[in-house]
Amino acid sequence: MFKDLFQKKKYAVVPSERTKREIPEGLMNRCPKCGQIQFSKELEKNLKVCSSCGHHFRLNAWERIAMTLDEGRLFEIDENMIAEDPLKFPGYESKLEQQKANSGLKDAVITGEGEIGGFPVVIGVMSFDFFSGSMGSVVGEKVTRAIELATEKQLPLILFSTSGGARMQESILSLMQMAKTSAALARFNEQGGLYISIFTDPTLGGVSASFASLGDFILAEPGAIVGFAGRIVIEQTIRQKLPDNFQTAEFNMKHGQLDKVVHRKDMKTLLTKLLDMHAGKGEPVDVQ
Amino acid sequence: MSSELPFEKPLTELRKKIDELKHFGEEKEIDFTDEIGRLEERFKQLEVEIYDNMSAPQIMNMARHHQRPTSLEYINLIFSDFIELHGDRVFADDLAIVGGLAKLNGIPVTVVGHQRGKDTKDNIQRFFGSPHPEGFRKALRFMKQANKFGRPIITFIDTKGAYPGNTAEERNQSEAIARNLMEMANFGVPIICVVIGEGGSGGALALGVGNRVLMLENAIYSAISPNGAASILWKDASKADEAAEAMKITAKDLLEFGIIEDIISEPQGGAHRDKAMQADGIKEALWRHLQQLLEMTPDQLREDRYQKFRKVGRFGTAELE
Repeated sequence: MFKDLFQKKKYAVVPSERTKREIPEGLMNRCPKCGQIQFSKELEKNLKVCSSCGHHFRLNAWERIAMTLDEGRLFEIDENMIAEDPLKFPGYESKLEQQKANSGLKDAVITGEGEIGGFPVVIGVMSFDFFSGSMGSVVGEKVTRAIELATEKQLPLILFSTSGGARMQESILSLMQMAKTSAALARFNEQGGLYISIFTDPTLGGVSASFASLGDFILAEPGAIVGFAGRIVIEQTIRQKLPDNFQTAEFNMKHGQLDKVVHRKDMKTLLTKLLDMHAGKGEPVDVQ
Repeated sequence: MSSELPFEKPLTELRKKIDELKHFGEEKEIDFTDEIGRLEERFKQLEVEIYDNMSAPQIMNMARHHQRPTSLEYINLIFSDFIELHGDRVFADDLAIVGGLAKLNGIPVTVVGHQRGKDTKDNIQRFFGSPHPEGFRKALRFMKQANKFGRPIITFIDTKGAYPGNTAEERNQSEAIARNLMEMANFGVPIICVVIGEGGSGGALALGVGNRVLMLENAIYSAISPNGAASILWKDASKADEAAEAMKITAKDLLEFGIIEDIISEPQGGAHRDKAMQADGIKEALWRHLQQLLEMTPDQLREDRYQKFRKVGRFGTAELE
């Protein structure tokens, strides 16, 4: 069954211009957190982390891939998978077109194979700039295929998540992607696969409540908002104002939900270390 | 409180007219048998017209009817020897989830469901059927126990969604739901889920990874409540009716999408009109599906469940540039 699924897979080396693509933001950038104005070039050099307050700017999938994979090289899979409009939901088709044009992406996740610190991995990177990173059929299917590929090839799995939640325009089909991805992870786990999940800002709803919360290791970028229900919904329910740090990575860390909050500049090093420690997977070492 | 929904008003009015006529006839000793017969005939016609053509928002209102039977009512009507169990063994006993052991036609099963309250006080205790993480962990504990002892699992889904609260977030609502999805996928026992009222979001799905998912005729199931969708999409929660139409939330829609295996029909006018009859309908469907699943080995059950969810999703391929 796995073989059928992967028959159509086509590998392609991503051209380097694409991974290094600059977002046309102009010459200067203003930090949304502390207001510091800095040169865009400086900000890029600093991995899009504010030099003044350490605020981690959101990255799109290709920026993240360039920072994470060796030489920024990804052997992408399912690169042409696109959403349909199964519910004939009013306005969905035109919204999809608009999202594609604005982000340059076909949907909210990029998946494929690459290497981190010399270790081959299967990786999935979500992008908030496509439809708020919402999970519809395409995100669910691509993530599931990535998990199945990691299972088949016995490779570690790395998923960077960011999402506003389920894609309402696909309603029930979208909801079921939570079960589909989680079921695929159950199989991956049975086989002893290593899965590192990284929460980036923001990750909420259906993505947070499925594959993103099921990692063997769960990391997050500083300040990333992670939770199930959104702040506004909760404030309306409990009729109280929530603290400013509610649902931040640091807040979640304090509540035992994460292994580590990791600065962007340290992420690749930590991933490499974790991969290294699992490289001899399944073979107990004799202690002499 | 009246049990009438707005779209049922013509029926109530006609019933009132018939009763008045009967009463008048008796009082004045006039024979209205023919007229009453004609009106009763008209009443039957009207019932069919109204109930056979319910719109998605009307079905939504039926699914949320305050007299609609809850999980505990069905459990007591369908099963025998119910032993209710409590608690997640870690934090609390979330009353938005009920469950325990029971027998279905003599076979021991584990039954778990969302539980709405009967009245305001009960609802406050039960968080209106919206579980906290400890509720999902309580459900998982019962299901793991079922798996250990080889008992089939039957779940009743009836929730607006997981409880949206700060303490729920602090105790990791996301993880609790995600864990259930992954664990349910891996159980080697038959799992049958029945959406009896409202199936809202991840909080519903956390009891919903079954070999068979069945829905009552007037139940609904969606990624987010139509009210929530309306307020996000159109910044207007009062457009819930529009969202209910657009989101394809009815049992018929879900059968078409291959999400559910069966629709369990309801008595004319909804499940609350005849709870015993409704319970019989559910019992019959449970038994029919369970007998098929009992033929399967644990590995076959896992594979069957995997494939059921694996195939869900619609996507295409972009034209090559």
